[in-house]
Amino acid sequence: MTTSLSVRRHDQRQRASAPRHHHHALIQQLEPYLLISPTMLVIVGLMVVPIVIVIGYSLMDNVVTNPNPKFVGLANYTAILSEPGFWGAAVNTLFFTVGSVVVHMVIGMVFAMMLNSKSMARVPRAIFRAIYILPWIFTASVVAVLWRLLLDPSGVINYILISLGMVHEAVPWLATPSTALLAVTVINIWSGYPFFMISLLAGLQGVPSDLYEAARVDGAGFFRQFANVTLPALKPILYSMALLDLLWTTQQFTLIWATTGGGPLGMTEMLSTFTYKLAFNAYQFSMAATSAVLVLGASLIVAVFYVRNQRREA
Amino acid sequence: MTTLSARAVGSTRTAGSRRAARRRMTARVGLYAGLTVGAIFAGFPVLWMLSSSFKSNAHIFAYPPKLLDSSFSFAPYVAVFSDPVEIGYFVNSYVVALSVTAVTLVVALLTAYVFSRFEFPLKRIINVVIIGVQAVPPITLLIPYFGIMVTLGLYNTYLGLILTYVVFTLPYAVIMMTAYFDSLPREVDEAAKVDGASSQAILWRILVPISIPGMVSVGLYTFMISWNEYLFALTLTQTDNRRTVPVGIQLLMGQNNYLWNQVMAMSILGSIPVLVLFLIFQRYFIGGLAAGAVKS
Repeated sequence: MTTSLSVRRHDQRQRASAPRHHHHALIQQLEPYLLISPTMLVIVGLMVVPIVIVIGYSLMDNVVTNPNPKFVGLANYTAILSEPGFWGAAVNTLFFTVGSVVVHMVIGMVFAMMLNSKSMARVPRAIFRAIYILPWIFTASVVAVLWRLLLDPSGVINYILISLGMVHEAVPWLATPSTALLAVTVINIWSGYPFFMISLLAGLQGVPSDLYEAARVDGAGFFRQFANVTLPALKPILYSMALLDLLWTTQQFTLIWATTGGGPLGMTEMLSTFTYKLAFNAYQFSMAATSAVLVLGASLIVAVFYVRNQRREA
Repeated sequence: MTTLSARAVGSTRTAGSRRAARRRMTARVGLYAGLTVGAIFAGFPVLWMLSSSFKSNAHIFAYPPKLLDSSFSFAPYVAVFSDPVEIGYFVNSYVVALSVTAVTLVVALLTAYVFSRFEFPLKRIINVVIIGVQAVPPITLLIPYFGIMVTLGLYNTYLGLILTYVVFTLPYAVIMMTAYFDSLPREVDEAAKVDGASSQAILWRILVPISIPGMVSVGLYTFMISWNEYLFALTLTQTDNRRTVPVGIQLLMGQNNYLWNQVMAMSILGSIPVLVLFLIFQRYFIGGLAAGAVKS
């Protein structure tokens, strides 16, 4: 509000002092559009146009491979929604996403609170913080090969579990239908919690300490302080992080592709890998586009909540 | 009598404070036990990657597994560095990530300047579009991109990858830089404007020099996104002379004999740029990340 006022006032002053610079004023009015044109070009050309194209693809019979595709209306949508593979991938994505987000939040919170503990000196705090952030350094492609090594039947995790007597024989965690989805979720939890932890740590440091003081005077113990002071203070951060994580995790492709490829027996097939395979393995670009539009729709629903939340806070 | 009761009071006080001290001690032990469990969960996989990158491939699954194996050597790293194809992956990653960072920063600065300092009719709508496009899933764009890049002759080129990554990094960069400019006092550029400075001069000579911390934070984020990207690098490149590190690592895995030690060495080498940037600019990273998550 202040900006718009001061800018307008400034414009008036200029117009009054230099009436013959009409031409100049026009350029000035166009200037903002000129300056944002590169961004708009990128967003329209490489975001809006492709989305229009993908929606167009989803309304045709097979595009790309067919030289003269025909308009088929919503036939692809009814076809894909009656496909068990699509629903299987949707259910897996839901499990993977909800599991990851919830555990990210819990681990992120626990680690942030431990790091924020008053009874720790500066040096150990810095060391532990550095270790806890480590997984965040590694990209999904690296995380995938690392955990394939760790979870290999002759790998170190099986060795430890057998030594502790927790399993009787080596389990190929990523290749066993009953454990694969859990395994990829654990991997994703490992690689994603630092993002929560860092933001929550920053949030914790912003909670005024006299709030805890007051709660302690009222006789609140650790858990009541957590429920009545910490949690309410961090609620906005938790909410927006959870929505962001929900968006990112539903879109996760690399980690799945590079660990299980959606297998075994489709047990870790996600909407992202399902869509990718339709396009680049089966060359059914129209069906892939249909699936991609449905994924877009789901993401936009989450995004609406996110933007509304940001607006409310701003 | 008096001395006795005094002594009694004294002893209960020490007992009480001893109990408090013991409780504090238990809490401390509990805290450090928790911290250690967490550190193993977070750090052990990384330690194992480092350890495996120095083993011979025959000793990768040696029984019992050891952190410091008898086959310890730098051979896997030498193997990566003496393979021109693998070095090529690194060159490609640097070319792409540095270009994306430069383009993103310049374009984002122009746009953020407009959002922060100008009022115009479509501002609100454009702003919502820029926030909204961040939610578009990569897989949705991938299908049309393949056709678009082939049609434009950008398939398997640096330019194709660079343009693609700018689409992903630009919205966040614009939002972050706008927030940064908004935090700078307007009096600075208002005064320069009255003195007759053009708006370009205000942006580049006044705002940019005092926005270095914001630009560092945005630049780091941009570099990281481009350095780490896999899906589009996989789909939009075809030959080894355009492939990036994340794809290269997977290709090394895909060969018949898994060269685990080389894959781990390459993973370490591929993670070093982000690690180094992170260590140098930790403050910016964390500040930017937290601010982005909360305020963007």
